[in-house]
Amino acid sequence: MKLNSEGRKGLFLISPTFAYALLLLAAPLILVIMFSFWTQDYLDLDTTPTLANYKEAWTDPLYRELMFRSLRISIMVTLVTVISAFPVAYYVSFRVKERKALWLFLITAPFWTSYLLRVFLWKVILGYNGVFNSALLWAGIIDEPLQFILYNVNAVVITLAHAWAPFAILPIFVALEKIDRSLLEAAEDLGDGPVRRFFRVTLPLAIPGVMAATLIVLIPTVGDFITPKLVGGTEGLMISNMIQVQFGKANNAPLGAALAVSSMFIVGGLSLLIFLGSRRVGRVAGE
Amino acid sequence: MAKGPKKLDWLRGYASIYMVFLYAPVILLPIFAFNNSTVIAFPLKGFTTEWFSSLMDNSALHDALGNSMIVAVSTAMISTLLGAFAARAGVRYRFPAKRGIMGLILLPLVLPEIIIAVSLLVLLMRLGMSLSLWTVIAGHVLVCVPFSIAVLNSAFAGLDQSLEEASFDLGETSWGTFKRVTFPLILPGVISSLLITFTISLDEFIIAFFLTGTDVTLPVYIWSQLRFPAKLPGVMALGTLLLLLSITLLIVAEFFRRRSAQRRGLDASTTEGLI
Repeated sequence: MKLNSEGRKGLFLISPTFAYALLLLAAPLILVIMFSFWTQDYLDLDTTPTLANYKEAWTDPLYRELMFRSLRISIMVTLVTVISAFPVAYYVSFRVKERKALWLFLITAPFWTSYLLRVFLWKVILGYNGVFNSALLWAGIIDEPLQFILYNVNAVVITLAHAWAPFAILPIFVALEKIDRSLLEAAEDLGDGPVRRFFRVTLPLAIPGVMAATLIVLIPTVGDFITPKLVGGTEGLMISNMIQVQFGKANNAPLGAALAVSSMFIVGGLSLLIFLGSRRVGRVAGE
Repeated sequence: MAKGPKKLDWLRGYASIYMVFLYAPVILLPIFAFNNSTVIAFPLKGFTTEWFSSLMDNSALHDALGNSMIVAVSTAMISTLLGAFAARAGVRYRFPAKRGIMGLILLPLVLPEIIIAVSLLVLLMRLGMSLSLWTVIAGHVLVCVPFSIAVLNSAFAGLDQSLEEASFDLGETSWGTFKRVTFPLILPGVISSLLITFTISLDEFIIAFFLTGTDVTLPVYIWSQLRFPAKLPGVMALGTLLLLLSITLLIVAEFFRRRSAQRRGLDASTTEGLI
């Protein structure tokens, strides 16, 4: 390919950053995939390619259970986060007139405090003697502390929905901001009520933002292992906890790599489905 | 819009409750940090600053803090430099495979951190390198560069090319133009990028957990303390101080970001650039 001087300059300028990403991101990712086809033999690594790790990862009931559970929890977290975030994004975009920047700052500020401590504090809030139970007891709503809110899937969902809230609100907000307000007036002039107008104009136009929010929340939550470990109890453990164990105590990096690659594969496939599905929905609704 | 005050109230009420949900854990942090009890639970006992003073003579904590400072400062400088190259190239030039290259650089934004951590760990194992603060920095730079690019994109996009051309016409060299024209104009963006990447690195746990050697960073230290109930009030006090530091840095970063937006005569209240 012939390069003009602009192309050369651009490539030259981006080369340090690109080289860094190639060496420390692309190369390691490829290596992990290779690792997943190798086997660990005590301290030595056997580099004959084999599918044994994948066989174990996909057939062992424990790993399968963890994989499906992670997927289920991540989907639940994503639904809860995106659905609960939408009205907030809508409020800031359509109702707040002058202090939008302040609202956005207030929404993002808690995200900048220590993630570990935020998760830990949810444990304090949801615990047996926790803030939530104490408040309900004090108010006389319950007679003894609720036990179904900590060390299970619910706690994981609440904590992660909190942790990823700004990542859901911001893309939806940006999509709503881009909506041409005159379209809404047009819908109104043509006789649509507020509800019809919302479902026929606002929501279809907000789909790109909703989709971005969905993917931004879904993908990283599969990889979280702090929240399951701190608030999930045994029934809330996820696949990442197992990946961590394989790379740590169990000293079986190839199996850990196979688990990591498998979960990325599943999440990647799911993301693609969501992406294609939402494009369809967006097109159909837009017609 | 006079669309019936009832709906407006409903939405506003929901948004307010949501904000309470968002701030619930953050507000508890200082409350327990000043609570005169070793148990992190209600009811509160009394007021004390004991937990803060206990932080003063904790040498493991001081070491972790020192390590985190080294990691965060190095990460901020390296990722802002790499981010500046990429942002400048992306804003100014068209070049082959631009989408692919930018896609790879921005990939850490959508990659679970555990994948980044594990793959770097595997690479280091293969190369036979031992884990140190530098390996943590290497991982942190990967996740921070996309944020730096986001901030610097708007700084470079607002740069009037004719100013640089004028400088060349007046006989300045490339370096002279960069030093006297370009750099001062993008400086607010650079400072904003440094502060944001510093804050991300200071708080990052998963990558640090996998790639840290014997020298632990602050979040890894906090993680080790969470297992001991007796250490928790001290952790609350530490968390409160970190919270104050993060908020201060972000307000400063936001100030510089707005100044850079104002220099281009844009509406400073837009979200462009920040996330």
